[in-house]
Amino acid sequence: MADNVSTMDSKQYIVVELGNEQYGIDIQYIDNIVRMQRITRVPKAQRFFKGVINLRGEVIPVMSLRLKFDFEEEEYTNKTRILIIKPDAQASVGIIVDAVKEVLTISNDMIDKVARDINDERTAYLSGVGKHEDRLISILNIAEIFMEKEAENA
Amino acid sequence: MDVSQYLEIFIDETKEHLQSLNEQLLILEKEPENEGTINEIFRAAHTLKGMSGTMGYKRMQNLTHNMENIFSEIRNGKMSVTATIVDLLFKGLDALENYLANISSTGDEGTEEYTDIISQLDVCLKQGLGEMPAAAPAANAAVAVAVEEKAAEASSDKEKYRAFKYADHEKHAMNEAIATGQHAYGITVFIQETCLLKAARAFLVFKTLEGLGTVIKSDPAVQDIEDERFEFDFSMVLITKESLEAVKKAIMSVSEVDSVYLSEIKADEIVMPKEEVVEQKQETAGATQAAVAQAPQAAAEKKQTTQNSKPVVNRSVRVDIEKLDDLMNLVSELIIAKNGLVSINNADESAKQDNSGFNEQIEYLERITTNLHTSVMKVRMVPLESVVNRFPRMIRDLSKKLDKKMELYISGEDTELDRTVIDEIGDPLLHLLRNAADHGLESNEERAALGKPETGSIILNAFQEGNNVVIEVKDDGKGIDAEKIKAKAIAKGTITAEQGDAMSDKEIIDLLFRPSFSTAEKISDVSGRGVGLDVVKTKIESLGGDVEVRTTLGQGSNFIIRLPLTLAIIQSLMVELGTEKYAIPLGSIQTIEDIPVSDVKYVQTKEVINLRGTVIPLIRLNEVLDVESVKAQDENLTVVIVTKGDKLAGFVVDNLIGQQEIVIKSIGKYINNSKMISGATILGDGEVALILDVNTLV
Repeated sequence: MADNVSTMDSKQYIVVELGNEQYGIDIQYIDNIVRMQRITRVPKAQRFFKGVINLRGEVIPVMSLRLKFDFEEEEYTNKTRILIIKPDAQASVGIIVDAVKEVLTISNDMIDKVARDINDERTAYLSGVGKHEDRLISILNIAEIFMEKEAENA
Repeated sequence: MDVSQYLEIFIDETKEHLQSLNEQLLILEKEPENEGTINEIFRAAHTLKGMSGTMGYKRMQNLTHNMENIFSEIRNGKMSVTATIVDLLFKGLDALENYLANISSTGDEGTEEYTDIISQLDVCLKQGLGEMPAAAPAANAAVAVAVEEKAAEASSDKEKYRAFKYADHEKHAMNEAIATGQHAYGITVFIQETCLLKAARAFLVFKTLEGLGTVIKSDPAVQDIEDERFEFDFSMVLITKESLEAVKKAIMSVSEVDSVYLSEIKADEIVMPKEEVVEQKQETAGATQAAVAQAPQAAAEKKQTTQNSKPVVNRSVRVDIEKLDDLMNLVSELIIAKNGLVSINNADESAKQDNSGFNEQIEYLERITTNLHTSVMKVRMVPLESVVNRFPRMIRDLSKKLDKKMELYISGEDTELDRTVIDEIGDPLLHLLRNAADHGLESNEERAALGKPETGSIILNAFQEGNNVVIEVKDDGKGIDAEKIKAKAIAKGTITAEQGDAMSDKEIIDLLFRPSFSTAEKISDVSGRGVGLDVVKTKIESLGGDVEVRTTLGQGSNFIIRLPLTLAIIQSLMVELGTEKYAIPLGSIQTIEDIPVSDVKYVQTKEVINLRGTVIPLIRLNEVLDVESVKAQDENLTVVIVTKGDKLAGFVVDNLIGQQEIVIKSIGKYINNSKMISGATILGDGEVALILDVNTLV
């Protein structure tokens, strides 16, 4: 019974680390998780796009979540991963994170909405803050993070 | 019988038959007595009729049947071929093409009956057999229809549902309902103006109707009605099994309903919105001829809307069985080569010492992959014929419309191009041919006065040239007057008078490719809206090709299109900039030069070199692409000379790596692409290299 309820009102999130913060990404967007690999720089691209990688014969653009969020630039370690995300069916894009921790199931009522601060556009990238035991996990709004890209392009 | 599995074959074959009908009809027009042609036409029409019947496209079958009747009489020698008949038959073919377009985009033939064409065919038939005097009956019939339409129109201001514009899914729902024996009713309900709770009344009406069937559309929207955002009337479309009377009674049983107007929506009304039908029928009353002209136009509009939706049929390429056999053989060889490598690996150590066997296998493998690539490319290749074979018909129509005598000569139509290019090249060619016919060729009188043959020639020629395919569109008309263009450009403010004087004739003529630059004094519907040439240029450049024009005043113009053989795989020169590798398409490279630094001159603070008499601007790629150069300043610069049309530029690179065949991949839509990069490719070691877009950089 309890299981039924949890599957109905909860989602699975992949929890990643950026500095000392933890972010959750809805698992339905994730296509793949790969180790850090050689990135080919693309001239004149947005600052947070590190370039493109070759993922089994496909060329996929990769962005740094740290740069996107105006954090310090990362140092690549053994734990650095690229999450391959499919915001829509046709296009893939990779995001670089410091580490991938685990998969968590968080029920929807454990997620608090965050108020959008107009002065801080970064709040738009979050769809809420989830609580899991005593941890706080910021849930990323994937659609918002990539949607903005198209506006910038235009 | 479920025939959907045959749909693709049906569409392909119908296309072929229609094409052959078009071609044969053109021949017939010139040689009315050619028996072989009329037999051929009859056969094609007969097959077409049979096929459309089998597939259940009744309207298409009906139209073909009527056309076939005429062919049959002509074949039996009871009728002679006249210009009117040929014109009419061409219209019939256009109608059939519209059916086909509908079928390939929706799977359904649509509901257009083309009754006007059919009745004219009938008249022609009877006339030709001497059974009936001139076209009076058809006109009469048309008048009757128009009167009927007018009567209908009178009440239509109350029947507001007639003004509905249906979305595709709604049409589909209605068509489906009608096909399954249900009825679609358009209903407009007026509520008494004294009514206080009109939303409640409207709700009751909806509730009643929902009990009878499904309401698929309402105006205002249901939500608006519930919120009382409407006057005293609302309209909707109901799908139900009940009769018209029963529905009316049910609505009237709701109290405070003032009046209700309803009628059944027939299948043929669904596709064409009401007003359009009325308009078209009125034309019919005016002149039967005009109406016929109208029909293809309305159909063309419809075609535009259907083209936007995704076709239901997959795009397919018909492949010569020999090409497939080649592929199969190569794949078998590939397996053998792989086995060879495996066996070397498994062989004992002593054999491994000896590298020659290994190298041999590698070479073998290389040869196979190269051949395999060529073969696969060939499978993707389609002869240009599939695009150009509709042009003779178009030129014939243009010739009549513009009242100029002209003839189209096509050569090299067997030249093959990549499927993707073939799909895109049709429109630009169409533009150029229209231009040639409309602007290029003089009128009959002018030609006679100039002592030129009265019939103008338009030549479409295609041939392969190295890794490119060249398509020429030539005419023997008046050529392009550079002075006129200059005057026009100055008048339009595109260039100043001083600039104009400094420009060569060639540069001036190139102005034609600028957006919205048309020199036609009067705008005709054939061309002259000033969107032609720049669209042609953009399209061809997007295909990786270029277009240039050569013209001699008084003798004609020649538009030359150069296209790459294939888009997916290209030959490129790999270069190094700092630590990064870039690919430059070989097609746009002219030479590679070693230039001493001391030879670099400055013109307006820009670096140029003087190469064998030509001044070429230098582009330092590492600066443009923000690459940190790791190379110490040398005494010599490595310069790759690239061309864009006839413009030259020199790319300064750090190192040359060599020529390589690369597969083009997109770099994805999320990354902001400055257009300097046209794509990416994956190198042998798995690294990604970017492909430079020469057109943007120069």
